[in-house]
Amino acid sequence: MAAISREEVAHLARLSRLAVTDEELDRFAGQLDVILQSVARVGEVAADDIPPTSHSVPLTNVLREDVVVPGLGPDEALSGAPDPAEQRFRVPRILEEEA
Amino acid sequence: MSDVTRATAAELGRLLADGEVSAEEVTRAHLDRIAAVDDKVHAFLHVDNEGAIEKARKIDQARADKEQLGPLAGVPIAIKDVIATKGVPTTCASKILEGWRPPYDATLMERINGAGMVMLGKTNMDEFAMGSSTEYSAYGPTNNPWDLGRIPGGSGGGSAAALAAYEAPLSIGTDTGGSIRQPGAVTGTVGAKPTYGGTSRYGLVAFSSSLDTPGPCARTVEDTALLHAVIAGHDPRDSTSIDAPVPDVVAAAKLGATGDLTGVKLGLVKEFSGEGAEPGVMAAFRDAVDALVKLGAEVVEVSCPHFLYALPAYYLIAPSECSSNLARFDGVRYGLRVGDDGNRSLEEVMSLTREAGFGAEVKRRIIIGTYALSSGYYDAYYGQAQKVRTLITRDFTAAFEQVDVLVSPTTPFVAFPFGSRTADPYQMYLADLYTIPTNLYGGPAISVPCGLSEGLPVGFQIMAPTLADDRMYRVGAALESALGTLTPPDLEV
Amino acid sequence: MTTLAMLTYDDALERFEPVIGLETHVELGTATKMFCGCPTEFGAEPNTQVCPVCLALPGALPVANKAAIEATIRIGLALNCSIATWCRFARKNYFYPDMPKNFQISQYDEPLCVDGWLDVEVDGETVRVEIERVHLEEDTGKTLHVGGATGRIHGATESLVDYNRAGIPLVEIVTKPVVGTGGKAPLVAKAYVTELRDVIRSLGVSDVRMEQGSMRCDVNTSLSKPGAEWGTRTETKNVNSLRSVERAVRSEIIRQANVLEAGGKITQETRHFHEDTGETTSGRSKETATDYRYFPEPDLVPLAPDPAWVAELKAALPEPPRVHRKRLQDAWGLADAEMQAIVNAGAVELIEATVAAGTSADGARKWWLGELARRANEAGVELGAMNVTPAQVAQLQQLVDEGKLNDKLARTVLEGVLAGEGDPAAVMAARGLEVVSDTGALEKAVDEAIAANPAIADKIRSGKVEAAGVLIGAVMKTTRGQADAKTVRELIIARLG
Repeated sequence: MAAISREEVAHLARLSRLAVTDEELDRFAGQLDVILQSVARVGEVAADDIPPTSHSVPLTNVLREDVVVPGLGPDEALSGAPDPAEQRFRVPRILEEEA
Repeated sequence: MSDVTRATAAELGRLLADGEVSAEEVTRAHLDRIAAVDDKVHAFLHVDNEGAIEKARKIDQARADKEQLGPLAGVPIAIKDVIATKGVPTTCASKILEGWRPPYDATLMERINGAGMVMLGKTNMDEFAMGSSTEYSAYGPTNNPWDLGRIPGGSGGGSAAALAAYEAPLSIGTDTGGSIRQPGAVTGTVGAKPTYGGTSRYGLVAFSSSLDTPGPCARTVEDTALLHAVIAGHDPRDSTSIDAPVPDVVAAAKLGATGDLTGVKLGLVKEFSGEGAEPGVMAAFRDAVDALVKLGAEVVEVSCPHFLYALPAYYLIAPSECSSNLARFDGVRYGLRVGDDGNRSLEEVMSLTREAGFGAEVKRRIIIGTYALSSGYYDAYYGQAQKVRTLITRDFTAAFEQVDVLVSPTTPFVAFPFGSRTADPYQMYLADLYTIPTNLYGGPAISVPCGLSEGLPVGFQIMAPTLADDRMYRVGAALESALGTLTPPDLEV
Repeated sequence: MTTLAMLTYDDALERFEPVIGLETHVELGTATKMFCGCPTEFGAEPNTQVCPVCLALPGALPVANKAAIEATIRIGLALNCSIATWCRFARKNYFYPDMPKNFQISQYDEPLCVDGWLDVEVDGETVRVEIERVHLEEDTGKTLHVGGATGRIHGATESLVDYNRAGIPLVEIVTKPVVGTGGKAPLVAKAYVTELRDVIRSLGVSDVRMEQGSMRCDVNTSLSKPGAEWGTRTETKNVNSLRSVERAVRSEIIRQANVLEAGGKITQETRHFHEDTGETTSGRSKETATDYRYFPEPDLVPLAPDPAWVAELKAALPEPPRVHRKRLQDAWGLADAEMQAIVNAGAVELIEATVAAGTSADGARKWWLGELARRANEAGVELGAMNVTPAQVAQLQQLVDEGKLNDKLARTVLEGVLAGEGDPAAVMAARGLEVVSDTGALEKAVDEAIAANPAIADKIRSGKVEAAGVLIGAVMKTTRGQADAKTVRELIIARLG
């Protein structure tokens, strides 16, 4: 059984903001299926009582003092912007409002 | 010295300190070499001729002014294009960042600049460090100086090939699943992945945050250690940076170079005893182990049962983190923007931008990561992979109770021809089979050349406990003292 | 289609039981952002308070602000929460241009503070609102919508983004569902947000100003038939004042009751409150909401607040506003209604500080609730934003008490203080407003007034003391109002009585 369908890949691509082509969808669906079937092997390991590792360094409470550090000037901040306007980053119209 | 491009960084440091050669001369020699051979090798994405000469002159002036300079002042270095360099293009070998010049320097660039080193330029890589061959660079692959028809490894193929082609004596790589060590192995050079948290990630464009580790690359173990000492150490701008003294890796390399490993216990990982590896690779590896035994090392076989699950766990964790890390490339604040014709919505423009800006492998990983993190699959994929990560760490901890270091081949196969593993992405992933456990654990590992198989370099991997980076340098230098370094065929034919 | 009569609020409450829940966001008043050293000042020029971290430049990494962690723990403690001994930040992944990384660093299943409560007073009754969690996250940038008629996202042709606000520490306080308050639900909601604001203000960790957006509130409302399961809830956003909190709940109760009564279904959705109409309109449907793909933030290590540190913070908490107010009310000898007036005017701390500077409670209350409240109201600003300090008010009242100013002169002096002319004593001196207390000069003025008004003087001599007003007026005129009327009266009676 396939681990992932073409429709799922299309949905994931939308979630990831990737305007994939039909040709890519066909190709990716097959490739991702092979990859996912292979990586699904992690499920073979009995690990119910094993705590997950999110960080490999055993550090906690790495904090900084609340002291201002010089940042970028607006010119530097906008230096890479594809379309700056009025010292802001211009974007095309936004379709939906988010949380 | 007739040809400074053949010198080691340590030698160059001495020549520069003694005034036998100027930083400008050394820099020009390397820039000339790049001009002569890089159209064949394509190790560089950007060569900063003017910046390099200017910096070299400053160092010469500083030396003339009797300023206190470090051992590598005036020595050239090549930087993987995933490191932010102020005012110098930083593309991560991706179209999405074409032409981007960061307004800031990575912490390790500040340290390299502070050490008086001269950046020659930015090296080629797999796009966003995802790959094992540099074939996934948006700007064309790097060619292995040993055989221009073969891959130089990846993702840091450019940084490794630049060393093998004598375009630079030192380079910086980043290692998420083997991207320093595997290119080192297949180009016959040395590459070290320090302990995670031992080198700052600030300014390293993130691929997989919990795994990414910048590290040094060179042609000798001692040079690698010298560069390691420059870039390592605590950085308050990286929350995962370890605030502890850096082990004396240079002293360890010098100790190892004496060729005495009496009392050192090497662990052979039972699970990596040959399955999937090319016979020539295993033969060279076994010969290297024998050589180390002759130097006094003791060899023990240890079992790390969960290492077999490292590859699948890695290919869930890394894409998951990458899907989130690469979300920032949306054509709003920097980089490429596609399709903004005044009619399309932001959502459409973002999707078209990312579609056009990312290559296929990056897209595949983003999609897999998005899948593995989604609510219905999180526990089975990302969550389970993190548990496997715990088990792999336990395997390492148990192993290091018995032995000082673990050894294995760096990669199961020698440099393969272009195109031979791109059709099936999973075949490419197998290149990282032996390097990945270390990344999941967070410890240090180094790849040192250990001879040839079918005329191509084989790498020997030494894995050490976290924060014991010095151990791998000692063993690595000892191996180098026994086997010597490798010299690739001449490129100027 | 049948037309049904609209249910009123009272009708709605007869048929349904409301359940409310509140999610409040508070921007902390730290000097720097949550994960970088950029300043947080309100109203700066666009994109001048940014750096590689809060612009999400490739390669930049976050480091958590200790002061923000401390402030969050203090809020949690003040809300009677338990503080986690170990927790992590998480990434909330979704694309939006005001969020530079296209993920928000937040907390998911491991919030810093959990399971607390806050008692609030409604109509003299105490209602306990239970707190589910208090967690820390980062704010987004601000988007300016261009090309539309209203400046809103709808109809805009493009948007401009300013990242000054991006990364400012934001504390989210989530209540558990509040049940059983019936028709008082809107008042409970308002009282809760008010009390929460006072608690946070007492901690000094935020200026909690709803009109500037440093405190924002989302209101969840659902209705159910008595005894039945809870209904589907809606989440009302854009609730930008305390008054709106109450109105939003009330209007949502009426709306939902009418939908249900007509046989319709409530959709789980985000609704927008409109200040002008007092009604909500439908926003994005939650059914299509994205999967946020939360996972532990790998760039930040876990937090493990030392219990000893937490105990220290707890010991140093200020008195809860409710207790504090009760203590002040007793000390000032005020009736409940009088105290309520002070609370409503937002003058508790101002009067307290004025009293601390040496004024009687009555004196302080007279100024803040009288002249200053009137002027603040006229200027449309909060009382606390007036250009006068409690110490200055105290000095002003002291000058009155000492007889150096009468009420009319004191108001003139206050005008000078508000105009930035300095402390009351300085204004009085500079403007020459001191009451004439030189008896010789006053006696002379009184004699002149008597001489100039012989008929009035006779009336007073004959016992018509009330006629003295005319002479007092004349004296005040010659002294340009700087005489003390009481002294003048005494002098006149002494001469003519």
